[in-house]
Amino acid sequence: MLLRHTPETITDRSALTINPAKTCQPVGAMYAALGIHNCLPHSHGSQGCCAYHRSALTRHYKDPIMATTSSFTEGASVFGGQANLVESINNIFTIYSPDIIAVNTTCLSEVIGDDLPQIINKARADGKIPPGKTVIHANTPSFKGSHVTGFANMTSAMVQYLSERSGKKIPQINIIPGYVEPSDMAEMKRISLEMGIKSVLFPDTSGVVNSPLDGKFHMYPKGGATMEAIKSAGDSTFTLALGRTASLPAAKLLDTKCKVPFECLDLPIGLSATDTFVDCLRKTAGVSVPESLMVERGQVVDVLTDMHQYFFGKKVALIGDPDHLVSLAQFLTDMDMEVLYVVTGTPAGPKFVRRIRELTGEKTIVKEGLGVDMFQFHQLIKNAKPDLLFGNTYVKHIARDEDIPLIRMGFPIYDRVGHQYFPITGYRGALRLLEKILEAILDRQDRDAPEESFELVM
Amino acid sequence: MIEILKDRKKQVFQKGAETGDRGIVCEKASLAGSVSQRACVFCGSRVVLYPIADALHLVHGPVGCAAYTWDIRGSLSSGPELHRLSFSTDLREKEVIFGGEKKLYAALTELIKAYAPKAAFVYATCIIGLIGDDVQAVCKKVQAEQGIPVIPVHSEGFRGTKKDGYKAACEALFRLVVEGGGQPGFPLSINILGDFNLAGETWMIKEYYRQMGIKVVSCITGDGRVDEIRESSRAGLNVVQCSGSMTQLAKMMEETYGLPFKRVSYFGIEDTAEALYSVARHFDDLQVMRKTEELVRSEVNRIYPEVQHYRKALEGKKAAIYVGGSFKAFSLVKALRHLGIQTAIVGSQTGNPEDYEYLKEICDAGTIIVDDTNPLELSRFMMEKDVDLLIGGVKERPIAYKMGAAFCDHNHERKTALAGFEGMLNFCREVYASIMSPVWQFSPARQRRATMEQTFSEEITKAMFST
Ligand code: SF4
Ligand code: SF4
Repeated sequence: MLLRHTPETITDRSALTINPAKTCQPVGAMYAALGIHNCLPHSHGSQGCCAYHRSALTRHYKDPIMATTSSFTEGASVFGGQANLVESINNIFTIYSPDIIAVNTTCLSEVIGDDLPQIINKARADGKIPPGKTVIHANTPSFKGSHVTGFANMTSAMVQYLSERSGKKIPQINIIPGYVEPSDMAEMKRISLEMGIKSVLFPDTSGVVNSPLDGKFHMYPKGGATMEAIKSAGDSTFTLALGRTASLPAAKLLDTKCKVPFECLDLPIGLSATDTFVDCLRKTAGVSVPESLMVERGQVVDVLTDMHQYFFGKKVALIGDPDHLVSLAQFLTDMDMEVLYVVTGTPAGPKFVRRIRELTGEKTIVKEGLGVDMFQFHQLIKNAKPDLLFGNTYVKHIARDEDIPLIRMGFPIYDRVGHQYFPITGYRGALRLLEKILEAILDRQDRDAPEESFELVM
Repeated sequence: MIEILKDRKKQVFQKGAETGDRGIVCEKASLAGSVSQRACVFCGSRVVLYPIADALHLVHGPVGCAAYTWDIRGSLSSGPELHRLSFSTDLREKEVIFGGEKKLYAALTELIKAYAPKAAFVYATCIIGLIGDDVQAVCKKVQAEQGIPVIPVHSEGFRGTKKDGYKAACEALFRLVVEGGGQPGFPLSINILGDFNLAGETWMIKEYYRQMGIKVVSCITGDGRVDEIRESSRAGLNVVQCSGSMTQLAKMMEETYGLPFKRVSYFGIEDTAEALYSVARHFDDLQVMRKTEELVRSEVNRIYPEVQHYRKALEGKKAAIYVGGSFKAFSLVKALRHLGIQTAIVGSQTGNPEDYEYLKEICDAGTIIVDDTNPLELSRFMMEKDVDLLIGGVKERPIAYKMGAAFCDHNHERKTALAGFEGMLNFCREVYASIMSPVWQFSPARQRRATMEQTFSEEITKAMFST
């Protein structure tokens, strides 16, 4: 009953965040960086941030998460972090020997104003970057944006530093998957493969943060998009960016830099959004949708139809990252559920609000960005109690207080497994989501049913 | 491979190897560019002060620092739960440029109005140190207006390591102590310092002292309350566990109030018994001594058969220990010995030279002792020593598993009480459950080990330990 302090009356809070509904940029950047093969993320700032980010990712993925830190001390904070970064680069290549270092800044190095490109150039001039090795960077100050912004910035950095245009087009499509689980990235690759399309997917954390147990400690697990693949993205025929907040910046940059046209779609979560994704792949690659995918789709529709009476009129509240929320809101609406609240701590802008309203109707209350937190989400829930909650692990406090079932989604999930291995994107993902939702609804119905209506067959 | 080791050679020591009598180099800043497991000053302050349940804890800075420390530590409270909420001033670009004092003032005022806490702690994170907000002045102003102690904690992360954070926390705590200072003392009474009531450990320890006939004036900070801390200078003795975090406060109280202190550990049978006896001896009271003897005897008798049962299964296994504070490491080495488990590798993030000397003393020949290690190195040592168990924190767990080693969590986040006699049983159960789990038969590492000779080359060990 941790949150019994939460009052129902919503008052204006100007200066304060209570129970944040987001985390900071570097953690997203670090996650994205892990999606490059043989890459070591590096946090340019003091040790603490890096330790927290690694802990957060370790807890979420239950896999070893490697990253290095510039270990700022007072000196660095006064005189700038150049010496620390140059030394770091030298040490990292000597000791850990990655192919590429992906540097993210922290609040501290941002405020000091370290000029990362200049420092990286200096390291190169000093011979600290061995031939064939690469250092890239993203600016990720946390007083702007959130973990999603950090992910977007590091993905853009990949384009900025790595993608090139040789002048010769390669028959392949870029997929920028958005801030999703490794399982989802793998699913996107599988779908395009199923359709006979060659894709370059980046970042790609599958196989990196959900690596199999093989009895050894790998500094660099097998997965990740290779640098050559990201380089060749500049020669692809088309880019599909999934999720406006996490993927659009990189797609735009790729268009500007290498003239690869793009389309930005919602994350393929749920039936409609997956249809759109598959259809877009079909059109741009000029292929037809294979029977196998149609079977998967048909199975989703089958379950939807079989169980539709249980969805009708159920009220739901969602909190999470903007890109997830858009698609999820649509899926739930497609299922005839009533979306009461959509809340994100990430600044997502008026377009986001409009998009949600377009999908769910004017009644839905949408909150985004500055000053939006879990506390407020809880207050909303006290005002009109939904039947189901969607959100990360922290929402479990609210779920318990209000006795509402919670479906875990987003980042972080510290107290369950599965998200690393089972996708929620694509038709298979839709099926899994459906199962989860039904479990929650039917379990509750069973629990609350009086003896005479306790049913065996539903 | 040997390259890794060269730079850090002096921070690693193997007992009995031909290394002469050199000491271990420690208390160094981590190498820039290392995968250090260390945290920051803020982290240190936050973990120490966090369990004070009726105080407000406001993190002044960008949102991340607060987000990562939200309810992450299972310090239980028998009453208020204000400490488990996460309050942040969530600084934005505008404030980074123009200063965050106004926002801090507004946030504090709003929060104190809403929650009526007994005191407020304001944690200044890295950015605050850099942009130069006068946190002190804001706190002073709010304190005058609201009539509760509003205490700034200077925990800018870059100012050092977790250890420096403990110091900042002790200074903050001392301000509360001083408020109630100078009143007449209580007879036969103590303060419990340095236990944070993870999984209810403070309650267990408190119960021991109750049975011994000793009054516990305050618990700093497990299940802590502001008013109790204010009374703490009236106790007869400070009993300090976990040398790193709270000795500073005990020293300050000794200097100011002449209050003596004792360092103890409540981990393992010997250390727990010794802790209770040393308190009893301090008061030199026959009644207390008799009750203590009774308590220890009945508790040891109660748990011993079960411990022996586990020992039978675990005898001869090997363990690696990598924990934050070195004091924890001492107790772990001893506790493992009770189970017949040999410590092959032991290290800490923040040990000092005396700590490592002591470790050298209590460890067996061949044990590798490391300061501020990194995962690559740790995993190599684990492979070389072929350990069955790793005791560490959240970032070490998956490493152990991938390598086919069992794991036991001995960090802030654990959910099982490991203190006291009952805690020793829990520890044995956890170690037993993990080491003996049938899952390992599926782990390629164990399969390899069963069929192949050791693959690790002698060469590295030699390079490492020749001087
Ligand atoms: S200082 Fe910034 S980067 Fe570091 S943890 Fe805090 S919010 Fe995140
Ligand atoms: S190092 Fe500084 S910014 Fe990072 S977590 Fe610690 S206090 Fe926060």
